[in-house]
Amino acid sequence: MIQFIQRAIILGIPLLFGCTGETITEKSGHLNLGIPGIMYVGGICGVIGGFFYEQGVGPENIKPALAILIPLTCSILGSLIMGLVYSFFTVSLRANQNVTGLALTTFGTGIGNFFGGSLIKLTNSDVPYLSLGATSRYFKTSLPFADKLGWFGQLFLRYSFLVYVAIILALAAAFVLKKTRTGLHLRAVGENPATADAAGIPVEKYKYIATCTGAVIAGLGGLFYVMDYSGGIWANNAFGDQGWLAIALVIFTVWRTDFAILGSFVFGALLIVHNYITNLGMAGQELIKVIPYAVTIIVLIVVSAREKRETQPPQALGQSYFREDR
Amino acid sequence: MNTIPAIELRHISKRFGPVLANSDINMTVNYGEILSILGENGSGKTTLMNMVAGIYFPDEGEILVNGEEVKITSPRDAFQYKIGMIHQHFKLVDVFTAAENIVLGLKEDGKYDIKAAANKVREISSQYGFEIDPDKKIYEMSVSEKQTVEIIKVLYRGADILMLDEPTAVLTPQEIRKLFAVLNRMKEDGKAIVIITHKLNEVMEISDRVTVLRKGEYVGTVETDETNENELTEMMVGKKISLNIERTDPKDPVERLIVAHLNVMNREGMKVLDDISFVANAGEILGIAGISGSGQRELLETIAGLQPIQYGGIQYIRPGDGVIENLRDKTPKEIRDLGVRLSFVPEDRLGMGLVGSMDIIDNMLLRSYRQGRSVFLKKKEPESLADRIIRDLEVATPSNRTPVRRLSGGNVQKVLVGREIAAAPTVLMAAYPVRGLDINSSYMIYHLLNEQKENGVAVIFVGEDLDVLLALSDRILVIGRGHVTGIVDARTASKEEIGLLMTKGGHAS
Repeated sequence: MIQFIQRAIILGIPLLFGCTGETITEKSGHLNLGIPGIMYVGGICGVIGGFFYEQGVGPENIKPALAILIPLTCSILGSLIMGLVYSFFTVSLRANQNVTGLALTTFGTGIGNFFGGSLIKLTNSDVPYLSLGATSRYFKTSLPFADKLGWFGQLFLRYSFLVYVAIILALAAAFVLKKTRTGLHLRAVGENPATADAAGIPVEKYKYIATCTGAVIAGLGGLFYVMDYSGGIWANNAFGDQGWLAIALVIFTVWRTDFAILGSFVFGALLIVHNYITNLGMAGQELIKVIPYAVTIIVLIVVSAREKRETQPPQALGQSYFREDR
Repeated sequence: MNTIPAIELRHISKRFGPVLANSDINMTVNYGEILSILGENGSGKTTLMNMVAGIYFPDEGEILVNGEEVKITSPRDAFQYKIGMIHQHFKLVDVFTAAENIVLGLKEDGKYDIKAAANKVREISSQYGFEIDPDKKIYEMSVSEKQTVEIIKVLYRGADILMLDEPTAVLTPQEIRKLFAVLNRMKEDGKAIVIITHKLNEVMEISDRVTVLRKGEYVGTVETDETNENELTEMMVGKKISLNIERTDPKDPVERLIVAHLNVMNREGMKVLDDISFVANAGEILGIAGISGSGQRELLETIAGLQPIQYGGIQYIRPGDGVIENLRDKTPKEIRDLGVRLSFVPEDRLGMGLVGSMDIIDNMLLRSYRQGRSVFLKKKEPESLADRIIRDLEVATPSNRTPVRRLSGGNVQKVLVGREIAAAPTVLMAAYPVRGLDINSSYMIYHLLNEQKENGVAVIFVGEDLDVLLALSDRILVIGRGHVTGIVDARTASKEEIGLLMTKGGHAS
């Protein structure tokens, strides 16, 4: 049982990163459907960084701090560029957000596969994947005393640092959105940019910062997926639907990143529960994997039907803002 | 009392393209007084105040605040000079509480503390007698509460000069009384208050002085004590201008549309039409005059079947056999098929009836696609109709394939009105058909309406310009705040008479 919960949490963490990033973005009024692509790019950039560091110094001479910092920096830079591209198109050029987002997803997946394939070729290996075992080991390092604390340690302390980063980021995002002036202004921008503008809030600046921050956080989800969840193994297209699930999770948690912590674990559990049910045919397994999406749709319907304004998407979500428009 | 005027405007002029919105205006606002700016729609009241509030910048002239010349280029600048404006359209975030909206965009020192802000809001409220819960969400509020939030927002920023644009337009009589009590308290507190309005009774009740504007020009300022409603009306509407519009006598008018005791509520549950009764005759132009937002739009939409009727009926008498049809039970489509046509030109012009990104032909098709039997569109007829409208109404367009959004406002209107007339209606309702048009295009539209009248159509014409209404219509129905305040003969009525009826507003005020 404890093992099941652990797996569920670890699988939920990429979703939590993605969901926190997307929620921050959506609060500024931008629906970023490029999140799957951005997570993919975040993952491959980390892999590129880790690969060249490992190759450059040899697996024996790896320094733990650099093994973490280099992939981390690469990943952040990669998703930041994706975020900037998205913001430039949708904020400055006022392009359609859905089209831009979907294009970025296609682009991100493509570029990830391109570099992934190239790296695999560089290693001259016969297998269609790339293994960064050494780097991954450092990413997976957990607190040394966790195992000594019985079930408590097993359940709460046996994770790598990125898991705690994800949870802290989610809590911090919830706090900033709800309790600070910056959060108030950001929400105003997403709800009613004209009002925010009239109140003297720099609308475009907020949109840029929120979208880029969101992209970077989502990208970390990709990094975590490769380095921790899959143990440093990169295979093209092995990423699954993580990105889309993250966007579904935003709706599931009604745009609250603190809810998202639990929500992501629930989604993670639903994704792996079929492994723990015996006598389940192939068809049954696939059906169970559908549950997160089905649940999201149900939540969406319930939330819309209740018409409670707090649980609705930001009012200006998906609309570009142009001051001279009336 | 401070003897230096709070605001002094000297020779202010502002033009928008070829339109002169304000020309050479001089006026002063003092502390400890309520000044009304009175004028008809489009007389430049709001533009003038927007220049003080930093929304627009004057082309010519100076603005003095507390005796010193200032340049106000943004609302932020205006706040620095302690000037705050409450606009007609509220700028509030719906899912935020009152307090959150009030502090929005404010750069206060120290920690963000919404509770302290809420307390300060309560303080301001009790000082001036507002009733507001700072923790209430905007979407749960009535219009009057939202307005209160806007006023407190301005006071919270420390404004000493408050300008309110048509503050009573959306309020019930009780709410208006409350607002006036608050305004009086602020006046006693030494603040300078400007209210923009076109309601004479309110001007007489609340203000110390009245400044009257007409068509962008300054007419004069009078002490409220030394004037009366008749004098103000005359200042507001000016002397009658004779227009050169041909008006034939109605040819054997028969009753076509009988509206009886019509009551309609809007979506917020406010009564917008209250016991409206009138008759529209075939072969006659019935003008409808009224301050904008008095229920004209709702009246026409109700006739067209677009608004549910609370009480009352609309009877349509079919030409020829005289069969009476009750429009109340009919769908908008059935009403249209009877020949009752509505061409409404809203403020944004493209808002109703035309699709901006479609070309002229497709827009013609929008009204006739149901006639087709085949799966494919037949574009021949709409194309010839489009060509005919372009030719007859002299629509300036590169081709009949140009999206209507690219046409100038006047040309869009010609397309809209032309299409409705081409449907050979028996009742033609035209609301603001000349809105924003130049003189020549306007006359072309007047001519079109006259033509329809001669063809035996019952024309209902909602207009803004009283001179035009008087020159074009046969009879004029005046509505004020959803009531019929009078039906007059356009051949004998005077402008002042109509102006007074317009501002009467029924029993409500």
